[in-house]
Amino acid sequence: MSKSNTTSRRDFLKLSSITGGGLLLGFSWFGSDAETPQVIKKIPLSATIGFNSYLSISTDGIITILSPNPELGQNIMTSFPMIVAEELDADWTKVKVLQAPLDKNFDRQVTGGSGAVPHSWKRLRTAGATARYMLIQAAAKQWNVSPEECSASNGFVIHSTSGKKLGFGELSEAASRMPAPAEIKLKDRKDFKIIGTAVKNVANKSITTGKPLFGMDFYRKGMLFAMIQRPEAFGTKIKSVDFAAAKAMPGIVDVVVFKNNVAVVGKSTWEVSKARKLLKIEYENNGTLESTEDHNKALATLLDTGTPVVRRKNGDVEAVFKSAAKIIKSEYQSPFLSHAPLEPMNFFADVRADGVELVGPTQTPGGARNEVSKLLNVPEDKITLELTRLGGGFGRRLKNDYVTEAAELSSIIKAPVKVIWTREDDMGGGTYRPSVRYRFEAALDSNGNLVGYKCRGVGINAGNPTREDNFPSGAVENLLIDSIEYKSPITTGPWRAPTTNFLAFAEQAFLDEVAMAAGKDPIQFRLELLQKARNAPTGPIKYNIDRMETVIKTVAEKAGWGNKSGVFQGFSVYFSHSSYVAQICEVAMVAGKPVVKKIYAVSDCGQVVNLSGARQQVMGGIVDGYGHAMYGKISFKNGATEQKNFNTYRLIRMKEIPEVETFFIDNGIDPTGLGEPALPPTGGAVANAIFKATGKRLKNQPFIEEDVFKSI
Amino acid sequence: MPVYTLKINGKQFKADVAADTPLLWVLRDHLGLVGTKFGCGIAQCGACTVHLDGNAVKSCVLPVSAIKAGAITTIEGLSENGDHPLQLAWDEVDVPQCGYCQAGQIMTAAALLKRKPHPADEEIANTMHGNICRCGAYHRIREAVKLASTKI
Repeated sequence: MSKSNTTSRRDFLKLSSITGGGLLLGFSWFGSDAETPQVIKKIPLSATIGFNSYLSISTDGIITILSPNPELGQNIMTSFPMIVAEELDADWTKVKVLQAPLDKNFDRQVTGGSGAVPHSWKRLRTAGATARYMLIQAAAKQWNVSPEECSASNGFVIHSTSGKKLGFGELSEAASRMPAPAEIKLKDRKDFKIIGTAVKNVANKSITTGKPLFGMDFYRKGMLFAMIQRPEAFGTKIKSVDFAAAKAMPGIVDVVVFKNNVAVVGKSTWEVSKARKLLKIEYENNGTLESTEDHNKALATLLDTGTPVVRRKNGDVEAVFKSAAKIIKSEYQSPFLSHAPLEPMNFFADVRADGVELVGPTQTPGGARNEVSKLLNVPEDKITLELTRLGGGFGRRLKNDYVTEAAELSSIIKAPVKVIWTREDDMGGGTYRPSVRYRFEAALDSNGNLVGYKCRGVGINAGNPTREDNFPSGAVENLLIDSIEYKSPITTGPWRAPTTNFLAFAEQAFLDEVAMAAGKDPIQFRLELLQKARNAPTGPIKYNIDRMETVIKTVAEKAGWGNKSGVFQGFSVYFSHSSYVAQICEVAMVAGKPVVKKIYAVSDCGQVVNLSGARQQVMGGIVDGYGHAMYGKISFKNGATEQKNFNTYRLIRMKEIPEVETFFIDNGIDPTGLGEPALPPTGGAVANAIFKATGKRLKNQPFIEEDVFKSI
Repeated sequence: MPVYTLKINGKQFKADVAADTPLLWVLRDHLGLVGTKFGCGIAQCGACTVHLDGNAVKSCVLPVSAIKAGAITTIEGLSENGDHPLQLAWDEVDVPQCGYCQAGQIMTAAALLKRKPHPADEEIANTMHGNICRCGAYHRIREAVKLASTKI
């Protein structure tokens, strides 16, 4: 059994009664980054329904678990409690999950980076195991037997020799008086009953019956509604505003100009949206009005003439390319993308003299509060933030521009207000996955060995668009990874699987090109490189060779690599965040055009917590990765996007999805995250399969614009 | 502004709104029925789907004045206890990820199954093609519609 930390600073809280009766066993533990759970403050749960308490057990046996992280479809509200309930040996049907508000007593209250479960895995288990220990102690005391003779199961403590049993609810009050254990034993994974099984989303019923869960659904009596006109083109600012006509419209309370915004405030969404159309705003340039043609030129030119930042350098690249038997050179380019979560941006703000109240969907509530604090010069402890469910995020809600804007507007009009963005507002003036271009070069020796490798990434506000330590780094003696950034007025930001959402496609397609040039099977080629990284590594290796090798071999076996007729197979593998996913895509030719039929995915994300949720993340990640590789494109004309809504910005729909089959590697490693890792490999697997089927190498996204998909 | 009397989920509601107000915003801002979602405003994503006399319609582009005596059903009124075969199937198959599109998906599927209780796979896909799920839960949506069709 694995052991958790000692409990010197840990305690259980005996808490006063709550409405509806019953005593609670509360346990507060998300104290800080310290691994040891600790009590922060002892307040009755009645005041805040467990505001500072992660886990409570009422005398009627209901176990309430607070989920601190923003829920946007990654299903954290189900998987976190599963982990606690496992160690607690709880009856899952008695577990209730509540979304926690922003509270400094929770650490890492963030959704992003596929990091929630890896971060909290041990803490959650320790919480559950500690509570179980104390319940057992309480029962043993009551029965006057040794705790060693007692065990917990499905919400009961059972005495093995007498067969006596007591429910957790009956024991909760007494348990709260027990001392915390000095050392707690966590379960052996072979004894898991909940973790690793398929558990349904705890919010299913609320979702399927239309309950108000999302920020858009938050209404407060007397609140005002606002829409904000922001510049339509990046690189412009307001010169003059005539809002007389808008302000005269029915239902309009005020029109406010602040920064580069014109806010129309009124009594209903439709009234403000109608009035906003009557604004007469003149803009003037305060930057370059860029178009996609300018970007294309700039990216191509910078690859040749820019001053790169070296990200990783091994060996003597120049020399090896001079003496190479064969050189393969290729360039890949991505467009901008909109995050397009289906719930448009929105936030409620009520800025009063005594404090600020914020309600809505954000992936980084702590960041939102901090920004509002700075903007309004209000201390953070005077700002509350209630998290709603997020109607998708994909990275868009990591940026809190829509939160600060709502707070600023409320502070100006001195009224509670909900700011609502339309789809056009977000697609035209939000933030984007940056457009990037990569140039790869590979040097082969006369035996077809990869002896030199170069990757240069140039991106528009993309920071470092490479992952310099990713495979094949470490497996090639002479290697150079560098990057160049192009600065633009267009705002960019992390988009699900930042950087790797496109880089993985480019790398995996290029490695396919190199394998073909070397006359090697693409899978065998990668396995040889991994073997080299193992036996004769060059520089640091930041990925786990065994884990990568296992997903590769497993997907080859599951998909019957090379043994199928009638379909063309393409392979891809990627390590991102901390997990490994290998995919094989099968393409068939139908009426002369390639059709993506099926994608096999083998994931190593360590221990799977919720099998149903894990499958969803993989299937959804593949649909997302495939859909955007195939159709996704934001282009610019004079600083403005050419796509404003779903009539021109194409998202994948039901008839376009391939079949997906998912497998997981069961290796006993602690969870390493799954919200993003299944997405990056998909584009590469698809492009490599299409190459096999058509002989045409897809290098730019979206694929749909390529000739192979055009009607003859 | 005119006062419109609307028949929604078997009850009568009055709304004092402009004639061009889309049903979506009447439901959400005026009647407190927020299960019907705003996603695009131009009838492209299907998040706002409701039934008008049993047919699936996009409420974001349906002016309140056009409804007249038509009977509206929203997700809140699809079943008494959230136990329409589709709602049960959605849980059974564990469809939702973020969940924002799901009311619209279910309403689109419900109109289909009412018209044709046992649709062919292709008909399901054709009908559901109008609803976007940004999380990409399409496989399970399709599976849940099929499951529900076996229970009708």
